[in-house]
Amino acid sequence: MHIGCTPNVDGMAMYGGDLGAVMKTGPVQGHDIIVTGTVFDGQGEALKDAMVEIWQADAHGVYPGQTGADPHFTGLGRSAGDMGTGAFRFETVKPGSVGGQAPHITFWIVARGINLGLHTRMYFPEDDLGGDPVMAAVPEARRATLIAARTDSGYQFDIHLQGPQETVFLDI
Amino acid sequence: MSFPPRDLDWHPPTIDLAYKSTTYRGPKHKRLQLPPTASELSGPVFARDMIGPDDANLIENFAASGETAIGPRIIVHGQVRDEEGRPVPNALIEVWQANAGGRYRHSKEAYLAPLDPNFGGCGRCMTNAEGRYEFWTIQPGPYPWPNGPNDWRPAHIHVSVFGHSFAQRLITQLYFEGDPMIWLCPIVGTITSKAAVETLVAQLDMDRTVPFDARAYAFNITLRGPDQTFFEGAA
Ligand SMILES: [Fe+2]
Repeated sequence: MHIGCTPNVDGMAMYGGDLGAVMKTGPVQGHDIIVTGTVFDGQGEALKDAMVEIWQADAHGVYPGQTGADPHFTGLGRSAGDMGTGAFRFETVKPGSVGGQAPHITFWIVARGINLGLHTRMYFPEDDLGGDPVMAAVPEARRATLIAARTDSGYQFDIHLQGPQETVFLDI
Repeated sequence: MSFPPRDLDWHPPTIDLAYKSTTYRGPKHKRLQLPPTASELSGPVFARDMIGPDDANLIENFAASGETAIGPRIIVHGQVRDEEGRPVPNALIEVWQANAGGRYRHSKEAYLAPLDPNFGGCGRCMTNAEGRYEFWTIQPGPYPWPNGPNDWRPAHIHVSVFGHSFAQRLITQLYFEGDPMIWLCPIVGTITSKAAVETLVAQLDMDRTVPFDARAYAFNITLRGPDQTFFEGAA
């Protein structure tokens, strides 16, 4: 467990709240979405000790900290997962496209047994991914592992560490 | 700015059966190596005033007024550098550790060693203009963990670093010079190169020791590239 990254989740009141717990610090431009998902191991078991971080552009495709970025959007989400199920959940906005890439959210996953933090990214099922340079580099048979599923409240993006649906991880 | 691909032989393999948790958690496909895009070259920018005055002092930041945590008082300091040796200022460093008896303060902890009411085990700081950082804490104890029949983690501090790019995101562990438990640990053992393990071992630093107060350990961190500090999951 990454207790030092999310001490408040486990009842230690520190830092005035956990980093990455809130991505919207005020009224944010764009379309609000909720991204949920679970990290699964090679036996189909949900990880309960994973920490998942996301980093993304704002609704106009500008990264927080850069000129013109939405001042109330942090771009950084961090989830220790639900204590019972391990599921992660982010309240965010749909990112705009950045530099010729289709809209996407960058993911980084760590857990016991993951020796080197895993980078991947999530794309949206409604978008045209044809011109995206990263997607183009992914073997066609594995592209679906990077595309979220639509839900009533937003998107579901499950991550598979092994198995026939093993997510494409990036050294990027 | 860009980054060359990681040297995946310097890092441990994703699966090493002596560290049982990797068995079903280590991906079997090789990572797809691509040049970073604007999405990975950018990264969160943290305001310096986010850091509270006691955040980097684990001896006091969870203690009752006038009290301090139990254990050997130490200073952990060092420099965060990129792969070309340039200092990384404004890097956010978060640390967490067991107490002097090897016990974490979290709800799923099962080890019989007692909690220290004055020790939370979490801290954070940012590097200065020269990329330097410093924590005050107590030296953590080793603890047993379920893997083999008699496996112990060497005394260690978990270290999380945000550099300037999300591509540099790092979580690693710091060990202490001279600890014989380092070389018995199956997690450390996933690293095949002794030189790579040694990048994780903090060195006793008598020059920075504060006499009659706290000993110092030096621990430099290299982000990304063939010279980087090895990445590691938590345990
Ligand atoms: Fe630990």
